[in-house]
This record gives sequence, structure tokens and C-alpha cells, in this order.
Amino acid sequence: MKKEIICTVCPTGCTITVEGEGSNISSIEGFTCPRGKQYAENEFIAPVRILTSTAKISGTKCPLIAVRSKTPVPKDKLFDCMEEIRKLNLTAPVKTGDVLIANVCGTGVDIVASGNAD
Amino acid sequence: MYKMNCDVCVVGGGPAGLSAAVAAKKQGAKDVLIVERDETLGGILQQCIHPGFGLKLFSEELTGPEYFGRFVAKAKELGVKTLLNSMVLEVGENTVTCINGEYGACEITAKAIILAMGCRERTRANIVIPGTRPAGVYTAGTAQRLMNRQNEMVGKKVVILGSGDIGMIMARRMTLEGAKVMAVVELMDFLAGLTRNRVQCLDDFGIPLMLSHTIVDIKGNDRVSSVVIAAVDEKKQPIPGTEQEIECDTLLLSVGLIPENEISTNAGVELSPITKGPKVNQFMQTNIPSVFACGNVVHVNDLVDNVSTESATAGKSAAMYAAGELTADGAIEVKTGENVRYVCPQTVVPTEGKVELYFRVMKPQKKVELSVCDGDTVLVKRKAIKVNPGEMEKLVIDAKDVKSLTVSVKEA
Amino acid sequence: MKTDVLVIGAGAVGTAIARELTKYKLDVTCVDMREDVGGDCSKSNSAIIHTGYDAKPGTLESELVVSANPAYDKLTKDLDIPFERIGAILPAITDEQFEKLPEIKAKAVKNKVYDVEFLSKERILEMEPNINPEVKGGLFIPRESIIDPFLFVVAMAENAVANGAKFLLSTKVTGIRKEGDRVVGAETTNGYIEADYIINAGGLFCDEVASFVGKDEYKVIPRKGQFYILDKNTECKVNHIVLPIPTATTKGKLMTPTIHGNMLVGPTAEDLDDKFDKSTNKLGLDSIRDDVTKLIPNVKLQDTITQYAGLRANRNPEGLNIDTYEDVKHYVNLSGVRSTGLTNSISCGTYVANLLRDMGLEMVWKDNFIEKRKGITRIKDLPKEEQHKKILENPLYGNIVCRCETVTEGEIVDAIHSPIPATTVDAIKRRLRAGMGRCQGGFCGPKVIEIIARELGIEPKDVRKNNSESYMVCGKVK
Repeated sequence: MKKEIICTVCPTGCTITVEGEGSNISSIEGFTCPRGKQYAENEFIAPVRILTSTAKISGTKCPLIAVRSKTPVPKDKLFDCMEEIRKLNLTAPVKTGDVLIANVCGTGVDIVASGNAD
Repeated sequence: MYKMNCDVCVVGGGPAGLSAAVAAKKQGAKDVLIVERDETLGGILQQCIHPGFGLKLFSEELTGPEYFGRFVAKAKELGVKTLLNSMVLEVGENTVTCINGEYGACEITAKAIILAMGCRERTRANIVIPGTRPAGVYTAGTAQRLMNRQNEMVGKKVVILGSGDIGMIMARRMTLEGAKVMAVVELMDFLAGLTRNRVQCLDDFGIPLMLSHTIVDIKGNDRVSSVVIAAVDEKKQPIPGTEQEIECDTLLLSVGLIPENEISTNAGVELSPITKGPKVNQFMQTNIPSVFACGNVVHVNDLVDNVSTESATAGKSAAMYAAGELTADGAIEVKTGENVRYVCPQTVVPTEGKVELYFRVMKPQKKVELSVCDGDTVLVKRKAIKVNPGEMEKLVIDAKDVKSLTVSVKEA
Repeated sequence: MKTDVLVIGAGAVGTAIARELTKYKLDVTCVDMREDVGGDCSKSNSAIIHTGYDAKPGTLESELVVSANPAYDKLTKDLDIPFERIGAILPAITDEQFEKLPEIKAKAVKNKVYDVEFLSKERILEMEPNINPEVKGGLFIPRESIIDPFLFVVAMAENAVANGAKFLLSTKVTGIRKEGDRVVGAETTNGYIEADYIINAGGLFCDEVASFVGKDEYKVIPRKGQFYILDKNTECKVNHIVLPIPTATTKGKLMTPTIHGNMLVGPTAEDLDDKFDKSTNKLGLDSIRDDVTKLIPNVKLQDTITQYAGLRANRNPEGLNIDTYEDVKHYVNLSGVRSTGLTNSISCGTYVANLLRDMGLEMVWKDNFIEKRKGITRIKDLPKEEQHKKILENPLYGNIVCRCETVTEGEIVDAIHSPIPATTVDAIKRRLRAGMGRCQGGFCGPKVIEIIARELGIEPKDVRKNNSESYMVCGKVK
């Protein structure tokens, strides 16, 4: 499989071409720095993203509180995680960093509050 | 009328105002007051729930609320005062007039004032999109507020005009919440926002990016029913025959931001015709010595980290001014050289210490050398693989004894 | 439901007629298919109260416009709405135009507009430094005036309500019932309304209403006019209504201050088939630029904060007509009310009242007619001390929702609960200008939705921009 990856490490935005199967990379071209190479490898093998969204909350002025995955989750799990977040129905107070869903969708990553509601 | 006194009064409690207030307090200003129109601090970051903030300042990828939360905590700790739900109507040399539901009309007397009102979005009318005027045409930020703070979904089938960061972030946001984003349409032949947003907000979700295209018609009498897009030529004029109609119920606009300076203008603050924000020196001081300005009210930034840094300078300087410790005479104009649209600060007072010059290029350029010269002397230079109007550049100079300053971006 | 007089259409004309009739001991009902008063034409026009100097002499239109103009000083004071007699200047830029001036003045005299004056080049440039320096001279029409067209209609409607009239909005007339040679009532989407007299002030749709009584001697040909509104802080402004010298085919495009200090530039004139087509187009907007720069070379159209199009209810054959029919008694038909409609609305009111008397309606003056109407108190216009007092009485007056036009939550709540309730985002905008400023509702829009929903006890998704399908949001995110 061959994939063209636009590097997002710095604003330069190199286009890096990676070829391989699964976690085996046979060729990688177009990077201009080691961080870019690392990024492209990760993107090819197991791309991950920080997921942010909102969750319903009562007992405070704003009907929503911002939430996030504490660390990046696999890209292909984003919509599954969104479904779990949709089920949340919180009550204030909630503090930044409070764990709202532990180990979301078996990713090993927690969904935490990314704002305060008091 | 309710009257108050303080050393430094900050107009606006967003990231700029918060950072300025914290810095003023750290510098030793006794009474620092933030006047904020919203019921909470944080400004626009309250609705920016996406990550990407703080990479420069905290080496962490924070969300908007996490980012401003740190400043709010610091402000509280240092004893910064706040007047919330208060809209400033007028600023004078040493007065800030506002109205507030609890106190009525308020007049605040301050030794120094910091303008940190931020910016507003350009609208459909600013860019003159013909067509009907139905419901469902929103600026991206308005849609973001409705979704992230008011829990209201703005639409289900969306076209976005403008590849600015807010537009791309809303493309992802709406997709994750179940809407279908039909396309992001960009007039220019390059991306307006950050590359990472293109990758993570558009490419990840297969949302088409149509460069060199624009919207030539909006249809629908009640709610948007479709938009017509067309390719543009080099002069950015629609090419007849390239029109295609995209069915949608919502059009989001991410077509630029304008510093919000009605209060500044009325106060007699001189604005730059390019940035549309106050002209400032390296202390973020305006032509009125007691009035300082920082953040997007001065010039539209792409990274909030830069806003915080620049605003800290404003806060510090304002505190010094309030204490009678800031003199800033003999400022020289910073000139824009080749491929430089503007430089902020616009003037520099020759004095001890480092001065950060932030600037934007006019057009994308590859393999360049960025430099600041004093006449024929190169004060500082740096090479870059690529520059882009969407990304702010910075050069740091030593401002001692400088006679003239020109910032240029030339082929390396 | 039963009423003495049913007025169809709540635009300027219908509303003025309804208000005029409330001066008599009559039960008056005004219906409109729209969600708010202000109709179609009455809300998107050049917002000018004309003198009639350029009307076709001897016509009904001339008579109605010319007689209406002097009434506005008192009326606008009584109704508590802004009005300014700023006067109009007609600059002749070319020699050919200059030669036309005597003819225009003569026509004004024929229309009994006697106060049109000649202006020298120097005088014009003194009065309007931004006019093309090529100007050869021109005319001054002192009583050409500016008004807020939305507030004008709202104020008349509120005053009519205060005097007992009923307004049924979102109510479309679908048929008119006749018995013998007279009308007896109207079928509407809100049920049948029995009426002794029916007035058709349907504007753009007056031909459709007329067809319900079997009259089809004319067709409405909507004539579109596109406009630009410029920011208050645009550099190149004018102090008067600056009108071009009309040509054989068009009255041309003007530039004028609005009563709120913006600049208005336009309109185009395009005949259409579609009565709902209020879209702007590049061709039209470009033509405004081309034409107006001939008058005001430095006009900065890039300072635009909005563009819009309105439709004039022109008819074919042309001309303003107020008709009664031998075979359709108890019925008055108004048609061809065009760009002068805002001005002559009040004359139409008097004229129609007179017709009704002639037709046999018993018209007895009320001795308790309320002349004065008080508008919503605008916080921004109050002196500081009064602002302070008002806010301490009600904190909502201290919460500014629209920052461009300085509109508070208290004023919005007042508008929602006013005699003609503002129940949509546009209705609020028309009454208070919230969302009409430079950010065009970007900042206040979400809050206005929230306030309307709260005050009316509805869900935000049921809040409309204007018409029934113009929903603002489509449900909860979570």
C-alpha cells in the first residue's frame, strides 16, 4: 500500500510518501527532518487523533461542557468514541481533568472534562 | 453612576485581556480590573473546544477552555478583579465607561487602559455574495457558539466558504456531530489556515477542499436550499460555465477576521489601515500614551500563544506606565520591505532590550530569507523553506540605537 | 369572526388605512400572510419620504404623494419615530443633464411642489463635497426626507392596535365571498372572516386578491431594486439624498444617508415574473457601482455591511389606482403602489376612508382616538443618569446583546411583548436594529434566538428568521 501523508509537525507541510503493508514500511520519501519521518511512520501504521467534543451537563448556566480524550485515540475509533460521549449526562460541578469515561471504547484512553462547570 | 478606580483597566477578558491582566499584576500594579461583556472570562476560547492551543507556551496540546483556564486560575491567584456582564461603551484617556445589569452605568478611572476586545468575523455582506437572504447563512464562529455553548445544531448539510482555521475546525466539528459537510470552498489557490487543520479536519473525513473556487449564488427563500459555486480565474473572477449547484441547508463563512475597534477609534486611537488595529510600539502602547492594546484587536493572530505573549508585554508596559516608569519617546516607523504585508509593532522606540517583530507576508513564497535591516546593516536574518500569509512570522532584534528598520522576505 | 372593515395586507398602505379607520367608530381588522407587519415592499426600499416633485402631473399618485409629504412632521412625532428632512440634491454632471434642469423644475411646479431651488456648482460642492467635481449645477428639493420604514409601519400598526384595530398575521387570504353584487367576507388560512367592507392593499399580491372578486384588468409586475448599505464609519458620505437626473428609461440610482447614519446606495430596476425573488445578483450590484460612482466618485462600496433587494409592486398597465366597482360593492382595490408607496400610504388611508363614506359606510368620529404612540425606550439614546436609573429598575437594560447597534436584552424583551409582538429574528432586527450593524448578527444572533425562545416559551429550533420555513437551528447537538 502507498500513502501520501502531509506532515503537520511544522508549518512547512512536507508531502511524505510511505509504502508498505500493515506495520512494515518498505519505503518512505519526502520528509525533510527526523520528526517528519517519525510522524509519517506513525500516520501510516496507526494514525491517532485527539478527540474533542461536548457533553450534556445540568446544574450550571451552560448546557454543555467541553470534553476531550486525554491523549490521542486511534483515528478509526473517533465516531465510536463520539457515541459514548453522546451518552454522557453530567451534573455540575465538574472540573478540568475529571475523568468522565475511563478507557473509552477499549482504547485505554480516558475522556476527561476540558473545562470547569460550577 | 457607579464609580471605580484602578491602576490598570483591561477591556475584554479573553486570552489577550487575561494575559495582560496577569502580567500587569506580576509587574506590581496594585488594582487591575478586567471588564468583560460575557458572564464568564475566556472570550472566544470558551467555544474553541478543539485542541491545538498552548503548544508554544506550555508545550502541551490544550483545548481552548483548558488554555484560558490556566490564565483564569493565575488571575484569581494574583487578585485580578473582574467586572463581568459589562459592555464597555466608551474609552477615554483615563476612563472606561460601561453598563452592567447590577451596577447600572459605571465609570472606571484608570491610570492605564488596555484594549483587548478581540476581533469579529467578516460577513457575507463584506464579501458580497449575491443571492437570496435565507436563514442558514452563518459565520463559522457564530455557528461554533451555537453548537458548543448553546447546544444548538445549526444545520445538517453544510458548505463552508473559506479555508480559514475556524472554517476547517467547524467542518470537523459538524461532521463528528452527524452533519454532512459537502465541501470547503476557497477563493485563493492556497489554504488560508494551518496545514494541520487541513489534514485533521478535512482529509481525515474525506471533505473536499476546492481551491480557486467561490460561491456565486445562494438559493432558498426561507432556509438555504443550495449554493452555486464556480471556479475563479487569476483575478479571482468566477469563470462562466464552471458553475455547479450544491444542495445544502447551511452555508458557513470563514472569510477572515477584522479587529474590533469602534471603541478605540472613538477614543482617538490611531489605527493601521492594513491591520485595522491600533498602531503600537514594542510596548503595545498606542498613540495615546495611557492606552495600550493587545491581541486580535491589534492584528489577527493565528496562534493564541502569540496573543498571550504579546499581551503580557502590554500588561507589563501598562503597569509600568501606571507607576510612571515607562517612557517611550523617539519611536521610529518599522518599514515593510519585499513581500511583507505588515509588521507589528508598527513603531519601535530605540532602547535596551529585545523586540519581537511579528509580521505577515503578502503571498506564499518558497526558499526565502527573512530579515530586518537598519539601512544597509542586517540586524537579524533567518532562512525559511516556505512562508505563507496564513502563518505569522517572527524576528527578534536588539532595539538599542536602531535608526531605521525594514523587514523583508526575499528569495534565498 | 366578524369585522366592519377587513384590510388585506399589513404593509405601509394597509396599515395606514387600518390606522386611519380606527379614528372612526368601526371594527377594523388587518390581515397579512407574513409573520410581521411591514409587508414586502414597505420593508426593502430607499426609505425616503418623497415630495412628489417628479410624479406624473395630474395623476392620482401625484395628488397622494404631494399631499402626504407635509403631514410627516407631526405624524412621526406623534408616532415617536425618527424622521429627518434632509433634502435632496439633483446634481447635473453633464451639459446634457444641466439642460434638463428647467424642465424638471417646471414639472415640480406642475405637481404643486413649489420649493425646488436651483443650485450653482459652487453651492452643490459646498453642500456635498463628495459629489463629482465635474458637476455643472443642480436642483435642491428641500422636503425630500428620510425615515425608518420598518418603524414607520410598526408604529402605525401599534397605534392602530391601541385604537382597537386587530392585526392577524401569518394569515393568508385564500378567497373572497360575494353575495349578489357585494363582498361579504374573506376565506383565510385562519378561518372565515365576515366583513362588511374589504380593502385590498395586497401590494405585490393585490392582483391575486383582485382575482378572488373576478377582477383581472391588471397584473402585478414586480420591479426589483437592489441596494447596498454602507457602514456608518465609511469615509465618503453624503448629507443629503443625492439623486441622479432621471433618463427616459430610469429614475437611476441614488445615494443617501439612512436615518440611522448608514449610507444607502441603489436601487436597480429590473422587471420580474417571480414575486418571491428578492435575490441580489452580480450584474445588479455592479451596475450600482458603475452608476453611483458617476455621481459620487469616491463612494466606498467595499464598506458595505449588507446588500438587499426589494420589490416594487408595479403593475401593467402602469399607474397607481384606487378602484371601486359597480359589480363588486363594499370593496376597494389598491394597485400599482410603487416606490412612492411609503410616502402616500397615509394619503391612501384618508382617500380610502372617504371612499368608504361615499359607499355608504357610517363613519362616526371617535372622540377618544389616541394620537400618540410611544416606542420602545432606547437605552443608548438616554443620558447616562437615566440609563443608570433604568438599569437599576430592570437589570435586563444593562445587558447589551447587540454591540454594533447597542441593543439591550430589556429592549428585545419589550419588542417581543409589544402590541405587534416581534416573534422572529427579523422582526426584532427591524424594530431595534439588533443584527443590522456591521457584524450582521454574528454576535447577537445566537442570543436573540435564545431570548425569543425563552420569552415565547418555545424551543430554539422553532424560532424563525422570518417565514415559517426559515428555521435558525435544527435541534440539539446533544
